[in-house]
Amino acid sequence: MFSYIIKRLVVAIPTLLVLMVLSFLLMHAAPGGPFTYEKKLPPEVLANLNAKYGLDQPLWRQMVSYVWGIIAHFDFGPSFVYKDRDVNEIIAQGFPVTLHYGSIAFVVAVVSGVLLGVIAAIRQNTWIDYIAVGISIGAQVLPNFVMAPILVLVFALWLGWLPAGGWEGGELSHVILPVIALATSYMASIARITRSSMLEVLTSNHVRTARAKGLPEHKVILRHALKPSLIPVISYLGPAFVAMITGSVVVDMYFSTGGIGKAFVDSALNRDYAVMMGITLLVGFLTIIFNLLVDILYAWIDPKIRY
Amino acid sequence: MKQRLLLSTILSATLAIPAVAANVPEGTALAENQAYNYWMLDAIKSLDPQIVSSVEDSDAVRSLVEGLYNEDGDGNLVPGVALSHDISEDLTTYTFHLRPEAKWSNGDPVTAGDFVYAWRRLADPATASEYAWYMELMQVVNGAEITAGEKKPEELGVTAIDDHTLEVKILAPLPYFPKMLTHTSVFPVNQKVVEQFGADWTKPGNFVGNGAYTLKDHIVGEKIVMEKSDSYWDAAHTVMSPVTGLTINDENAALTRYEAGELDRTTVPAGQYPRLKEEFPDEATSTPYSCSYTYIFNLAEGKGNEALKDVRVREALSYALDRDIVVNNILQGGQKPAYSWTHWAMNGFTMPDIDYSHWTQAERDEKAKALLAEAGFGPENPLKITLNYNTSEAHQKIAVAVQQMWKQKLGVEMTPQNFEWKVHTDKMNAGDFEMARYAWCADYNEASTFLDLWASYSGNNDAKYSNAEYDALLKDAKTAADPGPDYTKAEEILAKDMAIIPIYHYAKVDMIKPDLKGLPQNNVQQTWYAKDLYRVAQ
Repeated sequence: MFSYIIKRLVVAIPTLLVLMVLSFLLMHAAPGGPFTYEKKLPPEVLANLNAKYGLDQPLWRQMVSYVWGIIAHFDFGPSFVYKDRDVNEIIAQGFPVTLHYGSIAFVVAVVSGVLLGVIAAIRQNTWIDYIAVGISIGAQVLPNFVMAPILVLVFALWLGWLPAGGWEGGELSHVILPVIALATSYMASIARITRSSMLEVLTSNHVRTARAKGLPEHKVILRHALKPSLIPVISYLGPAFVAMITGSVVVDMYFSTGGIGKAFVDSALNRDYAVMMGITLLVGFLTIIFNLLVDILYAWIDPKIRY
Repeated sequence: MKQRLLLSTILSATLAIPAVAANVPEGTALAENQAYNYWMLDAIKSLDPQIVSSVEDSDAVRSLVEGLYNEDGDGNLVPGVALSHDISEDLTTYTFHLRPEAKWSNGDPVTAGDFVYAWRRLADPATASEYAWYMELMQVVNGAEITAGEKKPEELGVTAIDDHTLEVKILAPLPYFPKMLTHTSVFPVNQKVVEQFGADWTKPGNFVGNGAYTLKDHIVGEKIVMEKSDSYWDAAHTVMSPVTGLTINDENAALTRYEAGELDRTTVPAGQYPRLKEEFPDEATSTPYSCSYTYIFNLAEGKGNEALKDVRVREALSYALDRDIVVNNILQGGQKPAYSWTHWAMNGFTMPDIDYSHWTQAERDEKAKALLAEAGFGPENPLKITLNYNTSEAHQKIAVAVQQMWKQKLGVEMTPQNFEWKVHTDKMNAGDFEMARYAWCADYNEASTFLDLWASYSGNNDAKYSNAEYDALLKDAKTAADPGPDYTKAEEILAKDMAIIPIYHYAKVDMIKPDLKGLPQNNVQQTWYAKDLYRVAQ
């Protein structure tokens, strides 16, 4: 197991390198640059800017100095748009925000999704099942850019219980609506996967055996059916967790959280090369780590899996 | 010459009148709560006056730092750090007399040297300011050469005669030079602080300004909080504090937060003004805003669509574009239909009398059909063109409406092409388009900021329009005692050549809480200063 983890981590380095080179090239291939505006900059001003940010160098040299900056100083470069800041500062400010509401949303989505899925499965084809499936389909088809305004309308404008936006250092009242807006569709997916997987496990031989030896139904479900039915859920959770803690552009935009999801999309639209690279690498790194964690969890849940 | 001197004397005389910050009429009961929360579309990019590049940046910087002059609610100059100035007889040397009591928030006095340092810094290639060209636009001696790296920043035509006297030399007389001084890129910075903290000097805790407010907190992409500065020379008249700017990227979300009471001022999304005006008559406002919206033709040789190089075709397309539908049915926010380029409300500008602006739409359509037929296009041989625009709901609505108008009235087959912002700009710069959506906002409150754009030597003239007579008029206007007639003539040439299709002149459409007073009423650049604001008790 240990050597497996080491092997996976070693493979992660070239993976990140490939990710970096590809994004670097794609980004520079996109038309326009960080200083392309409707009000065009005079050539000498543009030349000064390009010189300051190293954009006058050939692409390979830019890439080499970028990688060297990371290795030597853990410096991901300056922002070309937010000129008072560098990439490290932008990530240090925005990532804790999305990590905060993203991980709460994750817990909410997993707990409610699994619960909904299990209940629907063990009461298959009853009204409970129909309601649970109904909720999860409803949550699935309601995109968060529709959900967010509705939540604000109801809880901020009509009821006046919660603020309509802002972050205020992660004060609870400011976290609730972003969490609901983000968690809903993930909850729906988790519920559907849990339900179908649970239904399959419930007809398997070891569950029939457990029932045959006279175990009460709740013990059958909790001890024998739940664990194996979670395997497909867990493979979904790895990438889902990364997506949630790196934020959603809709949630960041609508609730003005100052999170990293919005910063990512902005950096692409503004051609803020270094910020875009920095966040891409962060998401890539987290994806690799959490996929590895998922694989380790597999082995723990399913004794048949060995590395 | 005499007349010019007279004008400048009047200007200096007016400027010698001391300014008051929040101009609260006597007997007004002020509200207990003097906090102000305003909306920002985007995150603040920089608070460094010489680096500032967006509206959000300069709105905040105007509260934190003060330049030589400020603007009042009508766009007129009022004293800031400078009390007054003298102009030399040849109109190329300005001597500013600075307020001796002006102080930085760390207690240092504000001196002429601070301005010299800031101006050199703006032109210096090492600063790499996006607004370095502003020195050249102001015609400050050696500005352009310094930015191009040909001369040293120390050679800039700006000198501190003593701590409170600043001298600026410009290349040629420039009647609107003083007006350009309210731009944040020529605001002073404290050399000691900038050198001590480097790029970090704009962070809360490090920031030192000379404005009416100090920087309390700044979380990029979320909010900026500013508090009244006690060291400001006119602190006794600052009423509003704290002043908070909230970044909300979605206009509809901002409107909701305004309705929830979290904002005191926000923008009205396109098309919602009539509804809001009915529901909140005291809060929905529409005031002129110095930007113009247009469709440009690619007139560059060998590029674009050959058919569009025929003035009759351009006229036909312009005549058949019903501006009233665009402003009354699509935008619905008090924008005005445009038949000429310069925004109608620019300071000192008289709108030219453009012929076809008086015709009825039916008359225009008739003429358009005739012109297009004359140019050789008809049902058997329809005109096929493309129009580029950047991603935005409003741009799309207008493009689709225009497509319909041209199809129905003229049988023209226009294909609207939507591009992401940077791609759209890149294509325009490269001349890779037939027609394109374009808009321009004034850099300073004078018509040349619009008209200079279409001079053949202008770097921003993506249409590649070129007319020697037009160029000559603009050059003449730079030194004329009254440039008005030149501007009118230039507009007429632009209309005769139908170099562009002006579509509408912008309005700033906002929701403003009724107890909020002191916002500019007739300042077409919408320049506002937090120190002028106050809330009345209700």
